[in-house]
Amino acid sequence: MKLPIYLDYAATTPVDPRVAAKLMEHLTEEGVFGNPASRSHAFGWRAEEAVENARRQVADLVHCDPKEIVWTSGATESDNLAIKGVAHFYQEKGRHIVTCKTEHKAVLDACRHLENSGWEVTYLTPEPSGLIDLNKLEGALRKDTVLVSIMHVNNEIGVIQDIQTIGEMTRERGILFHVDAAQSPGKVPIDLGQLKVDLMSLSAHKTYGPKGIGALFVRRKPRVRIEAQMHGGGHERGMRSGTLPTHQIVGMGEAYRIAGEEMVPEVERIRGLRDRLLAGIQDLEQVYINGSLEQRVPHNLNVSFSFVEGESLMMSLKDLAISSGSACTSASLEPSYVLRALGRSDELAHSSLRISIGRFTTTEDIDHVVVKLREAVLRLRDLSPLWEMYQEGVDLSKVQWAGH
Amino acid sequence: MSYSTKVIDHYENPRNVGSFEKSEHNVGTGMVGAPACGDVMKLQIKVNAAGVIEDARFKTYGCGSAIASSSLLTEWVKGKTLEEATAIKNTQIAEELALPPVKIHCSVLAEDAIKAAIADYQAKKTNQ
Repeated sequence: MKLPIYLDYAATTPVDPRVAAKLMEHLTEEGVFGNPASRSHAFGWRAEEAVENARRQVADLVHCDPKEIVWTSGATESDNLAIKGVAHFYQEKGRHIVTCKTEHKAVLDACRHLENSGWEVTYLTPEPSGLIDLNKLEGALRKDTVLVSIMHVNNEIGVIQDIQTIGEMTRERGILFHVDAAQSPGKVPIDLGQLKVDLMSLSAHKTYGPKGIGALFVRRKPRVRIEAQMHGGGHERGMRSGTLPTHQIVGMGEAYRIAGEEMVPEVERIRGLRDRLLAGIQDLEQVYINGSLEQRVPHNLNVSFSFVEGESLMMSLKDLAISSGSACTSASLEPSYVLRALGRSDELAHSSLRISIGRFTTTEDIDHVVVKLREAVLRLRDLSPLWEMYQEGVDLSKVQWAGH
Repeated sequence: MSYSTKVIDHYENPRNVGSFEKSEHNVGTGMVGAPACGDVMKLQIKVNAAGVIEDARFKTYGCGSAIASSSLLTEWVKGKTLEEATAIKNTQIAEELALPPVKIHCSVLAEDAIKAAIADYQAKKTNQ
């Protein structure tokens, strides 16, 4: 067992050694280093071939036409391109967008940006399970709604939204549907041949590929139009200019190929580890799982321990690389906006941990986590006046606190 | 967040953790903070006939700095008269533990806690 143990796979994953080997073949003079846009020599042709092969590998995993894949720098750029690209192209048709409060910041901030330029955005509140009530979603759709943007797998709590049914709803009304699927590849099957999704954001580095590369699926039948956000040489059929990073693209292709081949056994193995972890901590009193445990990827366990403060808990777990709240917000002391949208109290949001399991996590790792976590929670509860009051039967919600 | 070695020492080996019986005539209890703000401190003192703090205990829900601030304070107040203990300033705690600016409120909370404990003890004595 190697310490510290990495359990933050939802933040990023290490590059699979097989992917790293492919990457290396596309960098140096001996390798395929050419510019895929160079049409006049073999260096360019070989690079183009590598890029198109990777495009097919990505398309194969999500079951779409390779022509529907547009390379970007990652899911953040894909989200921005999809949301702003659709909003700008279809602004004559309508200026209303529907999304959810628990979306990734890339989606929320792109929507906020549009709000400042005259668009209207409805932010749905999810149910306490983290899932969207589809009746509420339906009720939010208007005549001038042009886009619904709902993520597939949530980055903080791992719950899976019903993109199948949402797609039926939006298609029927002629509304476009964008899905941020940064967390899904290799964890949940995606069949764009059957799902009525119009745009889908994908990332490489959550699926054992390199950072700095992602893709946006843009449907061709029925055709979806977007306005480019990056202007230049007209790469990617005019939707995203910029020289293609061959090595990263090849890395993403290889990572997605592996994900497709190994997903079924890998997900089962990780489910076993998650169940083992859960069984190890569940008997501690006052433990809450944040988000639905049923409609969820097994890679994610987001858990709150009442009467223990999160920052001190993290301090006790310095052997473990885990995150409290989202990695994007853990630099601040604010409780997670996702957990607050679920209606969790500030106290429980303050005491939450996100443990995310991945390809290189072992049974030994999980057993160590269980021991450390139990030790820390029991020790900090011994130190906690709130735990003492709870055990004396005091109702903490009725106490008049001297706030500060 | 990086903590000073003194904060880590108090966090890993907290001094004087525990509780006295609240109702005893020579015990003063101070409870400050709120769960929603992320910290609650309970500080207790046991005072002898001469008005000297013989013993102290604490329990804290909060970050490492909050735990360290209250742990350190229990060490400091032992053997002090109530007047001497009242004179302890949060800046002394912050300085001793090298708290960063975002954690100064932990030392303020500790000062509030000892003041509340002394006030509780004195109120009990007056009522006797």
